[in-house]
Amino acid sequence: MWQALYEELKDRNFIILSVALDSGGTAAVRDFIRPAEPVRIEPLFQEIMGWDSVLCDRAARPTYPNLIDERHIVAELYNMTNVPMAVWIDERGNIVRPTEVAGASDGFRTMDRSTFKMKKEGIEKARAARMSYVEAVRDWIAKGEASEYVLAPAEVRRRINAPMDVDPMATANFRLGEYLHRQGHTEDAKRYFGEARRLSPERWNYLRQTMQLEEDGSASGPGFFCAVDALGERPYYPPAELKGGRG
Amino acid sequence: MAVTIIYEDKPVSVAGAQARGDHLWMAKAELQSATGWELKPQGICRGERCVPIPPGRREQFLRDELVNLAALARQLGLPIVHDDKHAVWFFGESDDARRATLASLQAPDFTLPDLDGRMHSLSDYRGRKVLLLSWASW
Repeated sequence: MWQALYEELKDRNFIILSVALDSGGTAAVRDFIRPAEPVRIEPLFQEIMGWDSVLCDRAARPTYPNLIDERHIVAELYNMTNVPMAVWIDERGNIVRPTEVAGASDGFRTMDRSTFKMKKEGIEKARAARMSYVEAVRDWIAKGEASEYVLAPAEVRRRINAPMDVDPMATANFRLGEYLHRQGHTEDAKRYFGEARRLSPERWNYLRQTMQLEEDGSASGPGFFCAVDALGERPYYPPAELKGGRG
Repeated sequence: MAVTIIYEDKPVSVAGAQARGDHLWMAKAELQSATGWELKPQGICRGERCVPIPPGRREQFLRDELVNLAALARQLGLPIVHDDKHAVWFFGESDDARRATLASLQAPDFTLPDLDGRMHSLSDYRGRKVLLLSWASW
């Protein structure tokens, strides 16, 4: 999804570090980053991204580092509760934009669940969210700390210190469950997965990951959509506040 | 019975550990190798940090030649979850530690494998702008 942007900007001292928060490990992610065959991407997706089919195939084979985070350690370190979320880190290792939604939107909620068709306004919303985030990244790479999208330290701190609903016991339960699952005791892991979900219901990465481990495919099934519907007016992907952060 | 202890991400099997409810007793040597904590005259220490044993509660922490790692962890405010069927104890990071890391605004380092098993650390990329991006197959 980011290969085109990376190719455009990589000679500007920029790298994308892609981290799969994925307890399924290499088996789960391999086809997404090293597909065995030429890739055909859904027309809807192409429409949102604005790509032709050649770019789609290249996009499916990223050349930037793709790391595999089975234990969701990066999610814990950076308080990522969903994917895709991103952090901007400057050349000195400082956070200049803390964890936020990276170009995704709630457009998908307009999808008809029997036909899988998204409404026009959903598609437009998805495209706009993607484009504005990509523009922000371009601006950062072009202008560095002079970019209007680079946040002043006080603003970074304010955003990071926003009330964190994350319960450390939720993480501990997820981690124990993930360990038991990895040892082949998935049935016994379920009680810890359930506890992790109960303690941190806003952590979509725990919800969807544990659902996926318990039952393949369920992370995008009725249980998931039930949880999304329960949000009501609240966003699944809170829009990133791209501007207004310079002190 | 051997107990698997996961302390700061590393699973370690501790042969002589004794789990009793919410208590986990082990020899000093095993405590040190599994967690880095050492019993010293001033308390239980790790690097520059020492936790004095609370007066009047000594027997919750020390018994014969054994140390109660669970009592120490609770004293440190670490989240603990254990599965008794498989004898696995997970010790997490305290909320304070995480908040302190984020307060510094320095991006916390980590090391993870790529598809070929090659390890990458965030700090390997110091000197470049990094877009740290998450995704998943679920």
